[in-house]
Amino acid sequence: MAIGLHDSTIQNPVLRWVDQRLPVFTMMQKEYGTFPTPRNFNYFWNFGALAMVTLMIMIATGVFLSMNYTPHTAHAFDSVERIMRDVNYGWLIRYVHMNGASMFFIVVFIHIWRGMYYGSYKAPRELLWILGVVIFLLMMATAFMGYVLPWGQMSFWGATVITNLFSAIPLVGESIVIWLWGGFSVDNPTLNRFFSLHYLLPFMIAGVVFLHVAALHITGSNNPLGIDPKGPQDTLPFHPYYTAKDSVGLVVYFIVFAFLVFFMPNYLGHADNYIPANPLVTPAHIVPEWYFLPFYAILRAVPDKLGGVLLMFGSIAVLFVLPWLDTSPVRSMRFRPVAKWSLYLWLVSFFVLMWAGAKPADEPYVTISRIATAYYFAYFLVILPLLGRLERPLSLPESIAMPVLRGGGPVLAGAAAKPMEKA
Amino acid sequence: MRDVKRGFRNLIGALVLGAATTLGATLPTPAQAAGEAIPLPNAGFSFAGFFGTFDRGAAQRGLQVYKEVCAACHGMYHLSYRNLTEIGLSEDQVRAIAASVEVRDGPNDMGEMFDRPARLSDRFRRPFANELAARAANNGAYPPDLSTITKARANGANYLHALLTGYVDPPPGFALADGMHYNAYFPGHQIAMPNVLNPDQVEYADGTAATVDQMARDVTTFLAWAAEPETEQRRAMGIKMMLFLIVLGGLTYAVKRKVWADVKH
Amino acid sequence: MAETMVPPGVTSGGPAGAPHGAPHGSHGGAAEGETRRDFLTLTTAAFAAVGVGAVVWPFISSMNPARDVLALASTEVDLSPIAVGQAVTVVWRGKPVFVRHRTAEDIQAARATPLSELKDPAPDQSRVQRDQWLVVVGVCTHLGCVPLGQRPTDAKGNFDGWFCPCHGSHYDTSGRIRIGPAPLNLPVPDYTFTSDTQIRIG
Repeated sequence: MAIGLHDSTIQNPVLRWVDQRLPVFTMMQKEYGTFPTPRNFNYFWNFGALAMVTLMIMIATGVFLSMNYTPHTAHAFDSVERIMRDVNYGWLIRYVHMNGASMFFIVVFIHIWRGMYYGSYKAPRELLWILGVVIFLLMMATAFMGYVLPWGQMSFWGATVITNLFSAIPLVGESIVIWLWGGFSVDNPTLNRFFSLHYLLPFMIAGVVFLHVAALHITGSNNPLGIDPKGPQDTLPFHPYYTAKDSVGLVVYFIVFAFLVFFMPNYLGHADNYIPANPLVTPAHIVPEWYFLPFYAILRAVPDKLGGVLLMFGSIAVLFVLPWLDTSPVRSMRFRPVAKWSLYLWLVSFFVLMWAGAKPADEPYVTISRIATAYYFAYFLVILPLLGRLERPLSLPESIAMPVLRGGGPVLAGAAAKPMEKA
Repeated sequence: MRDVKRGFRNLIGALVLGAATTLGATLPTPAQAAGEAIPLPNAGFSFAGFFGTFDRGAAQRGLQVYKEVCAACHGMYHLSYRNLTEIGLSEDQVRAIAASVEVRDGPNDMGEMFDRPARLSDRFRRPFANELAARAANNGAYPPDLSTITKARANGANYLHALLTGYVDPPPGFALADGMHYNAYFPGHQIAMPNVLNPDQVEYADGTAATVDQMARDVTTFLAWAAEPETEQRRAMGIKMMLFLIVLGGLTYAVKRKVWADVKH
Repeated sequence: MAETMVPPGVTSGGPAGAPHGAPHGSHGGAAEGETRRDFLTLTTAAFAAVGVGAVVWPFISSMNPARDVLALASTEVDLSPIAVGQAVTVVWRGKPVFVRHRTAEDIQAARATPLSELKDPAPDQSRVQRDQWLVVVGVCTHLGCVPLGQRPTDAKGNFDGWFCPCHGSHYDTSGRIRIGPAPLNLPVPDYTFTSDTQIRIG
């Protein structure tokens, strides 16, 4: 780009002045206004926007919670109860934050499953997918540390159990755990650093989300057919078409979210976390938050300490290489009859693991966890690589617009013809 | 296109089915898994359900039970006396309740701690100086703080009511440890707390007959309010919020239909 | 990759007409449809804006004093140990409050000052409930320092009241500003005598 003022097309003189010097409005117009988006998105394509909004809600509520929270073992539980009782609308802000974590994971799980079903991880979107997995990892770290902050029984024992995972590392494990704790058990130094990191990581997530969206806008979006747009007839400007569609999804999402917050705010939580942390008494039955249950089940499925830890981290790490494990050139599972059912079965194994993760580590749950774990990995490491060679995909449509046009009726109205229209 | 729609429906179906069965199967488990599953009778509280409110009379009677029975061993540290106006007591009544309790304050000008009658802004008095003192006085058991007790137990209100009315004779052959008491609903059935509610244990000012069930019910109502005093405000706000969102959802959907009206899809 | 993907901006940058279709007028009975969409959109946007506003309020409100803070907003002071000529400092809402047991000379000096000599004219009678007890918030009205004059050894300024060491404001025995940059007298908090020897501030 040449040095000098940007050649702005913005009409408003004030905005134009800014835009010539820093073309943010041109960028917004290009990336969220006229951005050519496949015309055939279904409502699963809402979930990226929902995740973004949830991140903003979490940061906003978190900032306000931190104004009244005290990261000290002697005061943390009391300060949270004070937020619930004495701070104006403190209960609302906390319940939104608390349930927002669950909603965030629901949205991101569906976002990931959507990517897996429609092959959004495949070329040319590999890096986009990898950035997404990085966001997911950061989210898990943030959620884990956030759960420690109220300093209830589950906070304390969750922190103890999860940090102890690192002791499985040969030779340096013990040193690492002591380093993580800043002491010889989970205690005040641990709580302090977890608070600090819990405040920091969401902003790192926001940074990676920016890269995720930037990468998306280089490759363009995938779509339910998994075929590339061949021309203007296959796309619509993002605004107003997808701003309107995302808004519908957003309001429906808020209804579910609000129902949880206002009518059953503690449903997804664990009662033991309303008991102040006691380092001398472990609760009878420790379970992580529901969104960690599948990974927890994988951990427990292995009788070996190091093996369990490796397999648990491996269950996320395998997502990084998914773009290269799936050897089929066809993106959408719609055209892959065998892979489609393999993925449904994978989804079942995920839910089975979630269910088994909440059960005691006894039979038959251990065996069930092992079978589900085996399938979880087999899908990625065996089934997808083989199916790329063995499976005969259905024939792909010629273009995104074709199935629509074939349906008869009037030809396309000038959708992209009036892209600037405000709605 | 129909096939695409079917694939879409399959995916939704799989998600919904998976989520529903997992949530359904997963969430009630912590309570059951903490030992054997003891089904709790539903006491039918006024505050149960999505629209329930606290029965003020029951909560006030429950306060009396707490003061006269529970407070000897159990604190409610997260409550202040001023909070009691929320269960329908007047400020003067609450002032009198507070003044009847001595709380520790200080240090005074001589640098010493001293006792004085409680004021509205004071927290509820703690029966023991700390956990060790509590254990020493209670045969090694720690009477938990009751501020959050109904939130801190699965199905808390029903559990508490069942527990308080659950002191029965142990089944033949049950080995009861020394100093422990048999309770039908306590996990493991051996509880350090003795049965504290006997008929007419308290004398209600409003003439309600003080049966064990009545007292258990009243004190549970009081404790449920104490654990989640925001409940009524939360639910009222929730109803408004839902109505607003449903209207907004309708409008947004209409806009979306309008915007998409000229696109064949 | 390049041949399979549409570079961003192709659609929008393309011919603004209708390369793929339909006559422009086919969507809606022209003007009527447009108006309805605009009205609907405006209504929805207004509704959403109200919703956002309603959501913002709890956040703002959460920064106001919490209920436990408000509950501590009154302080009781026992006056019996304060001898004539002495003063005590008590904390009320996190700020120092000066309670001074004035001597007859103090009262005399305060009453004798003509209002015309005052920067912030107020008769002494309007600043006390009982002549010998002066209760003022001990925060200099200039920039918030705590003036000296409570302890017998303190500098009390030219008028035997208080002297602010930060920027040299002098207050008299009624807590009124006499010399210096402070614009106003030391404020008198709301207080009541609950008995002859006890006041409640706030």
